[in-house]
Amino acid sequence: MSVPARAADIRDAVAARQVSAAEVCRDALNRIARLDPGIHAFLHVDVDGAMARAERLDRNPPADAPLLGVPVAVKDNICTRSMPTTAASRLLERYVPPYSAAVIERLERAGAVIVGKTNCDEFAMGSSTEHSAFGPTRNPWAADRSPGGSSGGSAAAVAAGMVPLALGSDTGGSIRQPAALCGVLGLKPTYGRVSRYGLIAFGSSLDQIGPFAGSVQDLACLFEAIAGPDPRDATSASVPVDHYSAALSGDVAGLRVGVPGHLLNEGVEPGVRAAFDSAVRELQQAGAQITDVQLPHASLAIPVYYLVANAEASSNLARYDGVRYGTRADAQTVADVYYHSRARFGAEVKRRIMIGTFVLSAGYYDAYYRKAQQVRALIRREYEEVFSRVDTVAVPTSPTVAFRIGERTADPLQMYLSDVFTVAANLAGLPAISIPCGMSEGLPVGLQLTARAFDEATLLRAAGALERRMPIRRPDAAGSL
Amino acid sequence: MADILTRTDVERIAALARLELTGDETALFAAQLTAILAYADQVQQVDTTAVEPAALTASGPGGRDDDLEPSLDREAVLGQAPAADRATGLFKVPRVLGS
Repeated sequence: MSVPARAADIRDAVAARQVSAAEVCRDALNRIARLDPGIHAFLHVDVDGAMARAERLDRNPPADAPLLGVPVAVKDNICTRSMPTTAASRLLERYVPPYSAAVIERLERAGAVIVGKTNCDEFAMGSSTEHSAFGPTRNPWAADRSPGGSSGGSAAAVAAGMVPLALGSDTGGSIRQPAALCGVLGLKPTYGRVSRYGLIAFGSSLDQIGPFAGSVQDLACLFEAIAGPDPRDATSASVPVDHYSAALSGDVAGLRVGVPGHLLNEGVEPGVRAAFDSAVRELQQAGAQITDVQLPHASLAIPVYYLVANAEASSNLARYDGVRYGTRADAQTVADVYYHSRARFGAEVKRRIMIGTFVLSAGYYDAYYRKAQQVRALIRREYEEVFSRVDTVAVPTSPTVAFRIGERTADPLQMYLSDVFTVAANLAGLPAISIPCGMSEGLPVGLQLTARAFDEATLLRAAGALERRMPIRRPDAAGSL
Repeated sequence: MADILTRTDVERIAALARLELTGDETALFAAQLTAILAYADQVQQVDTTAVEPAALTASGPGGRDDDLEPSLDREAVLGQAPAADRATGLFKVPRVLGS
């Protein structure tokens, strides 16, 4: 039997002994060896470790393993005890963590095989994967285009068919935007849904780990495996995790979908708008009720986000001082150890630390940081009000299709606007999904749905309905190999 | 608000953040930070009278007992340090006092 493409089919085939976990792993490693030189989705491929793990699973298959033998790629800002974890930064170039993140432990318990670590913007700061210290990832649909970011390596690895599943992290859209630009599914769970123990911190009131997949059922399987409370993350919530993958009826009859029409007029490419409109029509034909909603503070989400996220980043990244981990520059004084070691941060990371330090500094805190947190409260309130009338809010995930590598790096502000539709979910702590919804200019377009806190079930149900009506396409690079 | 950040401002902020900038970076950041902060200045136009700042999002922190739990292995942690004294179990930095 050949190796199935989907995680759920792999699990069933391995459990039935129709194919071995070792064969599945070898197949994934072969695809990576063939495809990744042209894409650069991976920073590290653990060939020996993954094969050894797969062989152990074949010898002693654990019972009740929902990801038995399934190869998974992990963003390189998630700690793995047996593999380097660089966050795509020179500062952590040789770092191998002394512990694994909670999500890694959960994946291992679920029987998954972690094949490697994926490229991202340095410390997850960016929307294109171009801010990786180790070079950009390329979009499997067009090699001169960015896969989006910051979790661009994970999105590209799934889109190219190198792995069926991957983990990313999302602080302002870093799962959903690359999912949209690469034509795969990506879910940012509710704040508190997935433990961040072992996630390299960026913006701690915003960060969340989430899954990428090529089908809704696979996405639900991976989400179920990683979700749930963890005492080691004080923000993790004790809310029951449902068996989402078993309840994907795709029934959206009566689902109330809010569309903030006033946000869609400016800056959205016509082709993206057309694909978005057709997806909304499909939901309507499937029985959903479409309602216009207003989000008057939505235009403030980006400025609020960049004030709050960068303030938190400047604080979180203070720990990279060349003393306890990472690389240290030679210096005669402690102060110079700090300065010279931190000189290895890339330009985007320095820029954000600078903004964050400024807005937290004496005399500016109230005007910038406190004010931003007040406007953030208004944005949250606005969503609460909207969710009293609808079940989910639909917008395009990204206002544009994948942009060319190099096109936006000179203008940081232009790059920040890539996140215009995604940051609000992080500010409000809400779950949001990006679902492939057609093509524009030969490149994928994503539909984003946001729901009430802890109502990922609605997002997966709606995604299931769309998947049935708008089959997800794969790039040619994936099909023939 | 929306002050123009001078090179001196940028140098002051860089010192607070223990960042070493080249002359080119200082000039570039003065321009880029000014533009980014001018954009962020939109938040000033919002009336936030009597609005409590958002502290934590949806879930809020969970409580836990203050019990002693196993922590990371000291050897493994020191093994990641650029310089450490394994015998005493300490991280090493250049001399801070005297010489």
